[in-house]
Amino acid sequence: MSESTTSKRSAMQWSIDHLPQIVLVPTVLTMFMYVVVFSLWTIWISVSTSTILPDPSFGGIGEYVALWKSKRWTVAYQNLFVFGALYVTGALSIGTLLAILIDQRVRFEALWRTVFLYPLAISFIVTGTVWRWIFHPQTGVELALHDLGWLSARFDWITDRDLAIYVVVITGIWHASGFAMALILAGLRAVDGDLVKAAQIDGASMARTYRKVILPTIWPIFLAVAVVLLQFAIKTYDLVVALTQGGPGVATTVPAIVVYDLMFQRGQIAQGAAAAVMILVALALILIPYSVYQNLRSRHEERSHG
Amino acid sequence: MGEAETRIEFDPLSTGSFRKRVTSKTIVYALLIVFSIYYLAPLAILLMNSMRPLEEIVRGGFIAIPSSLSFQYWFEAWGTFCIAGTCDGVSRFFQNSLMMAVPATIISTVLGLINGYVLSKWRFKGADFLFGLITLGVFLPAQMTLLPWAYVLGSVGLSNTITGLVLVHTIQGLSFTTLFCRNYFLAIPDDLIKAARIDGAGFWRIFRRIVLPLSPPIIIVTVIWQFTGIWNEFLFGTVFTSGANQPITSALVAFSGSGTGVRAYNVEAAAVIMAALPPLVIYIVGGKYFVRGLTQGAVK
Repeated sequence: MSESTTSKRSAMQWSIDHLPQIVLVPTVLTMFMYVVVFSLWTIWISVSTSTILPDPSFGGIGEYVALWKSKRWTVAYQNLFVFGALYVTGALSIGTLLAILIDQRVRFEALWRTVFLYPLAISFIVTGTVWRWIFHPQTGVELALHDLGWLSARFDWITDRDLAIYVVVITGIWHASGFAMALILAGLRAVDGDLVKAAQIDGASMARTYRKVILPTIWPIFLAVAVVLLQFAIKTYDLVVALTQGGPGVATTVPAIVVYDLMFQRGQIAQGAAAAVMILVALALILIPYSVYQNLRSRHEERSHG
Repeated sequence: MGEAETRIEFDPLSTGSFRKRVTSKTIVYALLIVFSIYYLAPLAILLMNSMRPLEEIVRGGFIAIPSSLSFQYWFEAWGTFCIAGTCDGVSRFFQNSLMMAVPATIISTVLGLINGYVLSKWRFKGADFLFGLITLGVFLPAQMTLLPWAYVLGSVGLSNTITGLVLVHTIQGLSFTTLFCRNYFLAIPDDLIKAARIDGAGFWRIFRRIVLPLSPPIIIVTVIWQFTGIWNEFLFGTVFTSGANQPITSALVAFSGSGTGVRAYNVEAAAVIMAALPPLVIYIVGGKYFVRGLTQGAVK
């Protein structure tokens, strides 16, 4: 009797002592399911014989081979490289330029920042829809130029197989450059004022001060922004759906669109899963080196401060 | 949004001769104005065309000076326009989005606060490893979760329901909210917690009396981040719901794709504005916190 009360009391004491861990249990179990089990699940489907419905029997890496042999996927992959490269460099350069402009102690700074950053609050669906109207020859710029009297004006990139991807790039840059600006501007403001003053005393011009002194000191910010933007690029889906639906033909298709098509339109879920795994691989190829580098750098900093 | 400090000591444009200074100031403002046009044009086009008569848009396109403006199309878009067979406008999809985003935001924020509190102030062996596991969810692409989610939602009877989307977004959001809160709470001095424990305060009491009162900034950042992210999300809404149960982003695409005959561009523009409005209002009201969320979400 008394033994059971003591064991009860000690059980209660144990749960009080371990309350923090107990509180964390639901989240940890859920996130384990989400991150580990869901990933393994999709990886498993990608090497299974599933078609429209999941089928757990092992089918080898045939779906990966078929995926890489399919025209749509190679186009999507090439598009990812073209889009990713231009989108990241474009957003970074415009973001840097805007940050430098705002850094000139301009008036109404808050207003400019609000204007450049608001696209980030707007969904890709809304962004893509509006820019589709602007780029489409029957509703947008081309028609407006015709109405102004310039009848031979042509601006039909969005319906041109070779140029449509640049429409996606321009729209993507519109959406993301304010983000680059905000982070770079915060970086510019954190640069040591003495460093800048020293450069000015040495007679360096403004352009030279930025190029040689200020921008080089904030390069970790450029790297961080580039990594985030690359992630956006790899995950890009809704922007293209709203803007071009991957067309004309498959000209602007991207990996995430291929995943959706294979899984939910064509009933090839094993190949769709294989494509999803390739997206994960692409992300890992960017994020793992970056986090290793971050770790090394912070350890290095600790050592040089300690 | 005066988040970043102004560096007073350095004003590059105040160097050089008077004429040079005037020229460079002019260039700076001219460039700012040019870029503002690029950024604001879509918004202006959207607003203008949501109030223009349809025949005028069909004839002259979206980029033209309007001859007359009317709010009528807003009412149509909200209440009577036909999307996929039903004719009650975007209002029901707007409500769907609210019913999805509000609960998912609240639940994931509350859990994020508690998780962040444990992982920063009650650290135990393995806490960092668990934190790493939780934050991996930030990077997991949605495509990797589609098939498992479809199965899970189907087997618990939540396919094609808003509740199902709440579940999906809450769990996906947990990684972000835990990351935000944990990093924020690291800055609370451990001595404060220690002193409270010596005074006999327990786990929940310290949370309520010390941690929560210090949390409003991170709560605002997290709520803004979660709400805008969930409101704007498209893929999950499209895959896991259909017809009348879709959130507004998915419904917009469904209805711009299901055009029979002449498309009602003006009504469509009004509907697009309605889809953009809640996050936009939040951004303008809470801009400072929005930027803070970005910086934390991105760099950490």
